[in-house]
Amino acid sequence: MRCSGNRLPRWLIAALAAPAVVFVALFYAWPLVALAHRAVTTEALRTVLHDRSLRHILWFTAWQAVLSTSLTIAVGLVPAWMLSRFEFAGRRWLQILVTVPFVLPTVVVGAAFLAVLPDSLDHGVTAIVLAHVFFNIAVVVRGVGGLWAQLPVDLGGAARTLGATPLQVMRHVTVPLLAPAIQASASIVFLFTFTSFGVVRILGGPTHSTLEVEIWQRATRFGDVGVAAIMSLAQLVVLGLAVAWFARIQVRHRLALGLRPVDARRAPSGRRERLAVGSIAVALSTVIGAPLLALVERSLRTIDGGHSLTAWRAVFGREATVTARPVAGSSLDPLGSLFVSMRFAVAAMLIAVVVGGCVSLAIAAMGAGTAARRVGRALDTSVMLPLGTSAVTIGFGLVIAFAAAPLDWRAAPLLIPLGHALVATPFVVRTLLPTLRAIDPRLRDAAATLGASPVRAWRDVDVRLMLRPLATGAAFAAAISLGEFGATTFLTRAGRATLPIAIEQMLNRPGAALHAEGYVLATVLAVTTFAVIGTVEATFGGTRRRMRGSRG
Amino acid sequence: MGHGGECAAAVADVPMLETRQISVTFGVVPVLSRLSITVHAGEVLALLGPSGSGKSTLLRVIAGLIRQDSGHVLLDGHVVDDVATHRRGVGLVFQDEQLFPHRNVAENIEFGLRMAGTPRDRRARRVGELLELVELVGFEKRRVTDLSGGEAKRVALARTLAPSPRIVLLDEPLTGLDRALHDQLAVEVARLLRIAGATAVLVTHDHDEAAVIADRVLRMGDL
Repeated sequence: MRCSGNRLPRWLIAALAAPAVVFVALFYAWPLVALAHRAVTTEALRTVLHDRSLRHILWFTAWQAVLSTSLTIAVGLVPAWMLSRFEFAGRRWLQILVTVPFVLPTVVVGAAFLAVLPDSLDHGVTAIVLAHVFFNIAVVVRGVGGLWAQLPVDLGGAARTLGATPLQVMRHVTVPLLAPAIQASASIVFLFTFTSFGVVRILGGPTHSTLEVEIWQRATRFGDVGVAAIMSLAQLVVLGLAVAWFARIQVRHRLALGLRPVDARRAPSGRRERLAVGSIAVALSTVIGAPLLALVERSLRTIDGGHSLTAWRAVFGREATVTARPVAGSSLDPLGSLFVSMRFAVAAMLIAVVVGGCVSLAIAAMGAGTAARRVGRALDTSVMLPLGTSAVTIGFGLVIAFAAAPLDWRAAPLLIPLGHALVATPFVVRTLLPTLRAIDPRLRDAAATLGASPVRAWRDVDVRLMLRPLATGAAFAAAISLGEFGATTFLTRAGRATLPIAIEQMLNRPGAALHAEGYVLATVLAVTTFAVIGTVEATFGGTRRRMRGSRG
Repeated sequence: MGHGGECAAAVADVPMLETRQISVTFGVVPVLSRLSITVHAGEVLALLGPSGSGKSTLLRVIAGLIRQDSGHVLLDGHVVDDVATHRRGVGLVFQDEQLFPHRNVAENIEFGLRMAGTPRDRRARRVGELLELVELVGFEKRRVTDLSGGEAKRVALARTLAPSPRIVLLDEPLTGLDRALHDQLAVEVARLLRIAGATAVLVTHDHDEAAVIADRVLRMGDL
């Protein structure tokens, strides 16, 4: 029972929630309405219903997503088992290595597979599916491995003493117990691969198009805006239903297993276990390391097959060596795109931090009453919406909404960081809320008994404690902005290409020298992303460990 | 019921279970060193020792869950060092039961029979028998996560006895119960093992428990 006199004033909570409400309404909801209202016509609807090529594209999108998901689960379970069950030198490094592909921008993953695969395979279904597996292994390792680490090892032992073969242990004990986590990971991977855009743009070639790529093609290349809008909205509805359905399955399948967080990891014992762990570690490092190394190698490769720094000099050097100084007609400026990306990243980060930070404080400060809690939940859901929407849809909507009077902002460079911030804000909120919700209300009570007003107590406790996770959220926002491709692809304008846009253009145009420079940019983008996330993980990850340590 | 029991009885001088000079080291810490025990068919042996004396480790070696660094395990006169756990016919009651949380009471008890490919009706009959034996009739459909401490212990015991293992190993099976329940269950376990005619090894740190359940008591320090 908390004294209402010690609560934050309502006006303050409303003021904190206001930026997010305006932001989501103006840059998320309005664009979708505009898309439905301005672009959809009956004629377009007729085209969608009768166009057979669209059915092929839908079919391809679906089956490549199913295939990618199944393969990711099958492949990911192996490192999930190893990393959650065994303790060995270098385990932490492997765990980080597995996460690396997941934080990489999609175009970098596409570029890395273009670099590592032989020419016969580097465009097409194989390349797309392999890149999807590479990209999403972390989802399985984190999701399933997290639960696996909590399964008591002795459950398997108990089954074995009852006569179960290793395969039967897997079938009757391990898999049923892991099922909720496997299902959750599979749904996430399916959503990611179904809406895959950057990877397909780079690896699909001219013949393989997913729904997302087709939306972009129709909207920007063929001027078929109506058809593209219908596809976008249909996809939005279907994805929304899928997410709701997955969430329901999750709730239904969540068994009260009474699992306690145990550290079941042990050193591999016996030759067979050591051999298994060793070979999985080598295989994993190779699978993840090879595409990244190939990326660097291709940035150094010259036309005659040798290696030199030519492409790096062309990008960073002052002399316009080979190709891509702002050439007439191509308007590519590699180094310029790096600066463009950095400026946008800073702007997007600031927007996401202000909007996400304020709304998190507002949600956390909502009182314990049912009505207030419901408002808090609605607020939380509404800022999360862009996460369940494909980036392509977001970009497309922004273009449609802000390309005509009264809000013709096409020329305004702010539209791109706004789109990025829309995608990044959910991450900021998800980083902040756990910390804010974990703050013991007695801290504020203590401050009040020491004479602090509610606002003062809140400022000294909540706002202060929020700063560290806010730094993490900011880094994520910057990293997301740096790698964002789907929304940007609609909003970009000649002469203001971001790094991912420049990379895609360079890799999809003919010319070995241009490709080498594309690989240079992809390497730079990868390194920048690691640097941003790594720095903050190193600082904040350490804090989290210390906090856990102090709790025992 | 024990499928090895009759054979061993016929050749009375072959022990049902023998460990020869078993040594186990975890990293650099020696847990068991040159431990030898012998258990005859139908005998219940208690190993008494403080925690950390390697009692549980010995049971795990006998069950094949841990591989010893040196020494041998013999079942019925045969060396089983290279025989996998599921082929040893050794049942183990875990200290913390390790009931399968996704299966109900009946499904837990019949697990070993399912692994052996026993047909459904015979499984159901055996589950009924065992529930009667451990005095939990009517508990078939209960979720194991909803059982009380004493009930969970009984289900664990029933699950281990169901496939009639050659040897029953009990790893501190009554730890964590209050005194009254503990004493009552100790008498019950003794009775159940006699009814099943089981050859068993019990490890415990409790003198009284060992005296009630076992025919013979060995102190770990004396071995």
